[in-house]
Amino acid sequence: MELLLAIVIGILFTASVYLILSRSLLKVILGTGLLSHGAHLLILTMGGLGGSAPPVLIDGVTDFADPLPQALILTAIVISFGVTAVILVMAYRMYAEHKTDNMNELRGNDEHD
Amino acid sequence: MTNLLLFPIIIPFFFAMILLFFKEQVVIQRVLTLIGLALSLVASCWLVATVKTEGIQTVTLGSWPAPFGITMVSDMFSALLVTTTILLTFFVVWYSFKSIGVERERFFYYPAILFMITGINGAFTTGDIFNMFVFFEVLLIASYLLIVLGGEKRQLRESIKYVLVNVISSALFVITVAYLYSVVGTLNMADISVKIAEINQPGIISVIAILFLIVFGIKGAIFPLYFWLPGSYAAPPIPVLTLFGALLTKVGVYAITRTYTLFFVHDIGFTHQFLLVLSLLTIVAGCIGALAYFDLKQIIIYNIIIAVGVILFGVAQMNTSGLEGAVYYLIHDMLIKAALFVLIGIIIYVTGTSNLREMGGLIKTHASLGWFYLIAAFGLAGIPPLSGFIGKLLIVKGGFEADNAFGSIVILASSLVVLLSVIRIFIYAFWGEPGTRTLPETNKQTYRQLMVPAVLLVLVTVVYGVGAEWLMPFMTDASNVLQEPSIYINSVLKE
Repeated sequence: MELLLAIVIGILFTASVYLILSRSLLKVILGTGLLSHGAHLLILTMGGLGGSAPPVLIDGVTDFADPLPQALILTAIVISFGVTAVILVMAYRMYAEHKTDNMNELRGNDEHD
Repeated sequence: MTNLLLFPIIIPFFFAMILLFFKEQVVIQRVLTLIGLALSLVASCWLVATVKTEGIQTVTLGSWPAPFGITMVSDMFSALLVTTTILLTFFVVWYSFKSIGVERERFFYYPAILFMITGINGAFTTGDIFNMFVFFEVLLIASYLLIVLGGEKRQLRESIKYVLVNVISSALFVITVAYLYSVVGTLNMADISVKIAEINQPGIISVIAILFLIVFGIKGAIFPLYFWLPGSYAAPPIPVLTLFGALLTKVGVYAITRTYTLFFVHDIGFTHQFLLVLSLLTIVAGCIGALAYFDLKQIIIYNIIIAVGVILFGVAQMNTSGLEGAVYYLIHDMLIKAALFVLIGIIIYVTGTSNLREMGGLIKTHASLGWFYLIAAFGLAGIPPLSGFIGKLLIVKGGFEADNAFGSIVILASSLVVLLSVIRIFIYAFWGEPGTRTLPETNKQTYRQLMVPAVLLVLVTVVYGVGAEWLMPFMTDASNVLQEPSIYINSVLKE
């Protein structure tokens, strides 16, 4: 099961790297979304997929899933959600100002601004 | 007062929340921000004194036993960094009263600074690797606001890149923590160190060490990963640039230092040699950039990269002189970069341009600015009575002791390049005839109000250099903990 998930996560990372290297800003942001999905799945997998019951105390259940990775993922999801909201608004504002979403046209230095 | 070490984190956080209620009253915001920072400064000085007399301070939140709860640890290294952070933020906030403009102040400029200080102090103080990730995000999200605040065309363009780079490095941080958790099964930094020592650092731990170097290297701008920094830092206004340049990269440097002295100490031949080579390449890359530009901001920005390389070279030595020098130089660099950035901010205010070729003859009209800039420039290069000298001396000594004479010579040569790059600013801007460009109308009173915090910051760096004898015991305490992880571990995992 872990092997299967490792392969799936690898595909997610591949797709996200491909998208992040693309020219359109919206595709780059989709790539960061896939990247965080991959990272969250990776925490779950690396914590081990053992345990048959959800980590809730019930009488008679002894074989719990590891609760720590789930707490870490919950934290990471909320953070990446906040950052994604910020970056989407920034991308919108940038589109309004620069009239382009092509990353290659967003170059510049002090000489030409 | 067992909670003393939390005060420098909680006080800015509390004041930041209060400030959210005073969006339009700029004067109240300014006063409250200064009060908040002054209170935090008192608390952090008290913390330094406590750590000096009683040793490492630890609090495990919620009274859970050590590896199970989140531990906050304040050793001398982090206590000194926290104090420096608050001290220079105090001056930068004072400086920004006259330079940032009311429009930005009305849109949560001061709360963002205080939230960023919360995150930075938290990252310096935490003893839990995932908690460090969370504090990194706290400071990064506040820095996203600061870098884009104002919404100029250039700021929007550069902040998109800044945010993207940091999102990717945060994802890498999560991935690395996941790998580390699957190998050692704990997140408490002292406990991780114990577990890595138990399994005697197999190959996978070295891989994780390099992953950490990549993650923190993106934040701290080391050699192949510094590409985002010059463009992004040049975009925001000067006070924001000052805070970023003085604080944000140093958090990355702190994190590398902490992980490489606490976790990955069993296979120094590989990991620290890697760090050593990268730090030297960082210095070379920074030197090339610092000489290449005729733009005030870019010259000082590339000097940040050089300093990161010098500090990490000290860390990579893993001997007393190297680590002591790294601690001393890290704090020196935070102070001197803040001083230099506010001074070039005043030069840009006076001349209305950041292009060196269009300036000249400022010493005739602004003599005090010129001489204080010269003191700061000499301090940066490490001319003996000033603050950059002792740190670099110890780092170079550490390099020779560890048989890395070549690296030490590179550092000495880089000092010359640093001196050349900052003296070039002095020669072009202050000597010669007034430039071709007509100076903009500047207000004498504004100029004076900008000068006061800048001069005070320069004086702090002078005191830091001259008072080295008095400060050295603190640096020794800090480097002792870095050199001897067992001190850190024992104080966290005490029964």
